[in-house]
Amino acid sequence: MNKTHDNRAWLFVLPVVALVAFNAIIPLMTVVNYSVQETFGDNVFFWAGVMWFEQVLQSERFQDALLRQLTFTFTILLIEVPLGVAIALTMPKKGPWVPVCLVLMALPLLIPWNVVGAMWNIFALPDIGLLGRSLNALGFDYNFTRQPGDAWFTLILMDVWHWTSLVVLLAYAGLVSIPDAYYQAAKIDGAKPFAVFRYIQLPKMKRVLTIAVLLRFMDSFMIYTELSVLTGGGPGNSTTLLSIDLVKIALGQFDLGPAAAMSLIYFLIILLLSWVFYTLMMRNEQQ
Amino acid sequence: MAKIVLDTLRHAYMPNPTEDSDWALKQLDLEWEDGGAYALLGPSGCGKTTLLSIISGLLRPTHGRVFFDGQDVTDLTPEQRHIAQVFQFPVVYDTMTVYDNLAFPLRNRGVDEKHVDQRVREIAEMIDLTHMLDNRAAGLTADGKQKISLGRGLVRSDVNAIMFDEPLTVIDPHLKWQLRSKLKELHQRVRTTMIYVTHDQTEALTFADKVVVMNQGEVVQIGTPVDLFERPQHTFVGHFIGSPGMNVLPCEIAGGRAHVAGVALDAGGSGDLGVTSGKLEVGVRPEFVRFAEAGDTGGLPARVVKVSDAGRFRIVEAQAADTSIKLLVPEGGNIPQEQAHLLFDPDHTAVYRDGWIVA
Repeated sequence: MNKTHDNRAWLFVLPVVALVAFNAIIPLMTVVNYSVQETFGDNVFFWAGVMWFEQVLQSERFQDALLRQLTFTFTILLIEVPLGVAIALTMPKKGPWVPVCLVLMALPLLIPWNVVGAMWNIFALPDIGLLGRSLNALGFDYNFTRQPGDAWFTLILMDVWHWTSLVVLLAYAGLVSIPDAYYQAAKIDGAKPFAVFRYIQLPKMKRVLTIAVLLRFMDSFMIYTELSVLTGGGPGNSTTLLSIDLVKIALGQFDLGPAAAMSLIYFLIILLLSWVFYTLMMRNEQQ
Repeated sequence: MAKIVLDTLRHAYMPNPTEDSDWALKQLDLEWEDGGAYALLGPSGCGKTTLLSIISGLLRPTHGRVFFDGQDVTDLTPEQRHIAQVFQFPVVYDTMTVYDNLAFPLRNRGVDEKHVDQRVREIAEMIDLTHMLDNRAAGLTADGKQKISLGRGLVRSDVNAIMFDEPLTVIDPHLKWQLRSKLKELHQRVRTTMIYVTHDQTEALTFADKVVVMNQGEVVQIGTPVDLFERPQHTFVGHFIGSPGMNVLPCEIAGGRAHVAGVALDAGGSGDLGVTSGKLEVGVRPEFVRFAEAGDTGGLPARVVKVSDAGRFRIVEAQAADTSIKLLVPEGGNIPQEQAHLLFDPDHTAVYRDGWIVA
């Protein structure tokens, strides 16, 4: 086949190139720019090579923050995904309660993130908060502003409260799209409820659950707002996850080079882990 | 295996049915012989899927009972009734292999693996899936998946009946014929009662020993394919079965004989027709109408309006007074120009009152 080549066709692509350049490439490149330079103020920069990258990767502070980040993310994934699926399974498939359940489920997702943080901060205060006071009244020595364990407990509880709904809604969407014939066939084949879940519901939910896991992974890896309002990374550094640490370095200490290098490493970790997740979960799809 | 009896069955999807049209199934009394191949035939929305679901136990009837071999099973689940069903859209367990799919109903019932293996291989052989046993079921074509659905029914030895709910809807036309004859062959081999729901007359007539024709929630006729063709009990059956369908012509009865457009005909043998009330019609299939030739007397005067060629025969549309009549003329047969007289075969011409056959 003879194709007509006309380079003016590139003009059609230009708007997209411009858009992507302004919202992604150029901002990212400024970060790349900072990450390989050193400055002593007055807008004077020196070439620094990969020095900042080496420094960040070798620093104990970064490694600790990364470890805390991974612990946090995998904990909430382990709780939110099974819990979300379980709640979706118990929701009615039809009838007047469907919209009620959906709205109730969507509520936590509609609250601004800093408000979620503030709500839980007050809710968990040991002297005046409902949760904090109740726990102490029950005999638990609970104080999330002083004890790292309690801070983690509150943080995870808050995230589960805030984000399980997302998993529920996605899983529910997957569930209602299963035709009735599958359940009828399972009934006829004598399948027990667990077999119905294992061989019908779970496989049919696989795609939406992949999306749910990816979204929750990325969002929890980048958690900042709620966390900074709730604990601000404390007590001490016990809940200082990557994003909190990054802001401390970039805006608190104004170390542009290390902050930029850390941003890039942070970004690459998310990209890499997302890819790994996606590949693992879609592995069997092509057979 | 079981004989299935439906006793004064009625069903409505709305809670308080009052009018006649509220009922999806009006009133049914039916007996299905053990080991028969039945088809439930009717247009969309006539209640055939409702009836199927009631027999299989997926739906509880508003009124009436269902008996399997004399045992009342109305309140039993499909599993307790030992029913298998093949659905319109193929249902397979995507993550399992073909083998595991076929083994699934047995494993759920706690059958030991050795027996499972033997049954699965035996059935796979029957439905030609032996070479695919290790493939993942999700990768099969629609007809392969339907075979798996069927296989899951066949693999169980306790099955009372296998239901088919328009199973060939999503199958490619050239495979439909293959799968249909496969089904027929399987029925001869396993002799399980099979009930096949369809709106396609070819499927029904080729598969079934007996066809149950339904219309608007009622059974209009039960009979062998030949009965349905030669002696439709209702004008609906005449219309619905056959291509083209039966001619239904308004008539009057005078002096014990039917008159169409003022011309007397022999219909329903030559006996005296005692009826005069109700909506009276004469029904005759296009196969049993011919043009009068030299030597014939009488006949209905008509004008040829349209001729369409259907291969081995031609379909002629003729106009008599204000009704149109279709007839088939075999290849090489003579078609008169314009004016002609039509003769009806008296043995295959019947009189209907309010839709139902009189004589």
